[in-house]
Amino acid sequence: MGLTFVEKILAQYAGEKSTIPGQIVTVKPDHLLTHDNTAAIIQKIDNELKNYGIYSSELPIIVLDHVIPAASEKTAINHKKIRDFVNTFKIKHFYDVGVGVCHQVVIEKGLALPGKLLLGSDSHTCSYGAVGAFSSGIDRTEAAALLLTGETWLKVPQSIKINIEQTTPKGVYAKDVILHIIGDITASGATYCSVEYHGAVDQFSIDDRFTITNMGVEMGAKNSVFFVDDITKTYLKSINITSSSYHPIQADADASYDQELNYDVSNVVPLVACPHTVDNVKPAEILSDIDIQQCLIGTCTNGRLSDLELAATILKGKHVHSSVRLLIIPASTQIFKDALKKGIISTLVDAGGIILPPGCGPCLGAHQGVLSPGERCLSTANRNFKGRMGSKDAEIYLASPATVAASALSGKITDPRKVMN
Amino acid sequence: MTIWKYGDDINTDMLFPGKYTYSCSTAEEIEPHLLEDLDPSFAKKVQKGDIIIAGKNFGCGSSREQPVVGLKAVGIQAVIAKSFARIFYRSAINQGLLLIESSNAVNAYKKGDSVKVQPEKGLIIINDKTFTFPTLPEEIIKIQAAGGLLPYTRKKLENRL
Repeated sequence: MGLTFVEKILAQYAGEKSTIPGQIVTVKPDHLLTHDNTAAIIQKIDNELKNYGIYSSELPIIVLDHVIPAASEKTAINHKKIRDFVNTFKIKHFYDVGVGVCHQVVIEKGLALPGKLLLGSDSHTCSYGAVGAFSSGIDRTEAAALLLTGETWLKVPQSIKINIEQTTPKGVYAKDVILHIIGDITASGATYCSVEYHGAVDQFSIDDRFTITNMGVEMGAKNSVFFVDDITKTYLKSINITSSSYHPIQADADASYDQELNYDVSNVVPLVACPHTVDNVKPAEILSDIDIQQCLIGTCTNGRLSDLELAATILKGKHVHSSVRLLIIPASTQIFKDALKKGIISTLVDAGGIILPPGCGPCLGAHQGVLSPGERCLSTANRNFKGRMGSKDAEIYLASPATVAASALSGKITDPRKVMN
Repeated sequence: MTIWKYGDDINTDMLFPGKYTYSCSTAEEIEPHLLEDLDPSFAKKVQKGDIIIAGKNFGCGSSREQPVVGLKAVGIQAVIAKSFARIFYRSAINQGLLLIESSNAVNAYKKGDSVKVQPEKGLIIINDKTFTFPTLPEEIIKIQAAGGLLPYTRKKLENRL
């Protein structure tokens, strides 16, 4: 019997020939991601850090992105504590305020590679399956323990095989595909599982795959993965990673799955996740009565160059509705620079877009565009939980950059196919 | 003792709003905001030994650990749910908060019922009905026996010297 991706990679990291679901293995991850929460993490282990130091200065990746630039004295103090820690322990992979959202930075800097194992104290750490890595979220306490020891336990999960069939029609994007899947299998449909994407995946760019794997946790998954193909190799080459520096892992053809699901994506329409759960998914065209006050294009789910470019195509030569605030957050400075060069940023600004610094922005309700009671936001982010973006009496809807851009023009939720040529 | 009953998909923003994630990290800072947007009476009335009963996917969403730290600090004896989100489950092991997955017990519970939990025996007793739950793997019992992941890690580091 063959092995699934996760059975194979966890066996490799545990030094075993094979593993089975339910087995507990001890692994040493290649990297540990933490962000602004690093301050709270190191505070837990002040004494241990003094006595034992850290396991390795190569292990941590620290990216300041959640509340940047600091929004209060408290967050400023936290950032300073983190910089002091970075200097004391000579942390090799540190990205200060303004480089980008942590998950984008990890991929862009080539720190998540095929066949590597990464853990991070952020639930969207599951994103790196976009390039064939195993990655999963953990809490702050576990991140603290990993800083000290470099190892932890993992339970080998069951695997779900998702077969993508056909190609998406015009106006339908990776975000719609993942919302369609989550709407179908529910917010807990993949709990504790490893999700593998098979079939017609060559229609998805790395940006698209990133959007899909990023939202794996929204169906409860431990990790999600696309296997390495020419698209992955071309992307990695573009960021100067040679194929000799990674070793792809993929599932065996005769691997055994807990579930196999087929999705014909030619039937998918532009979708919106309605309040207050990500699996409350409805077609955009039946929500055209819903007015919105804030639109957000950005975040680790959809703040990449192709997302901004798509929004710019729809907004070019037009202006957002007078009752809408359109917030744009490039997911990294690299993306920001590329978007500037291509004229995308000026198109977005001309259309009324407000550009925020590359970071998490208002996605988690900390700053830069929190919502008042009674307001609605249509966002390209990954989560629409009650109270997440400020008031508990506000509503968050999630959609693709095309749907958000089209809706920003009309002030109501709009199927992007209506405004696309 | 109060039994707090909630539904499916109780997410981390309901348990502890994201807007406080970078301003509250100690138990004292967390406690007043626990379940703020879900049940404003919870933080005021919760007492040591209380039990939470909920539906499927309890704790879904963010990896923030304030919900677990807070529930442990106010003395929640156990959370009994149909299922838990995985990061939350892991976090509870790390903090020493008892989580029990038992759809049968959740389905059987009605308001006013008496609920007792005997973790060492793997038993939940609701009125006169008994429900069993499996004991945990050895690795996890070791972490729990040490009092959580950080005490366990300290022990591990001391043994290395």
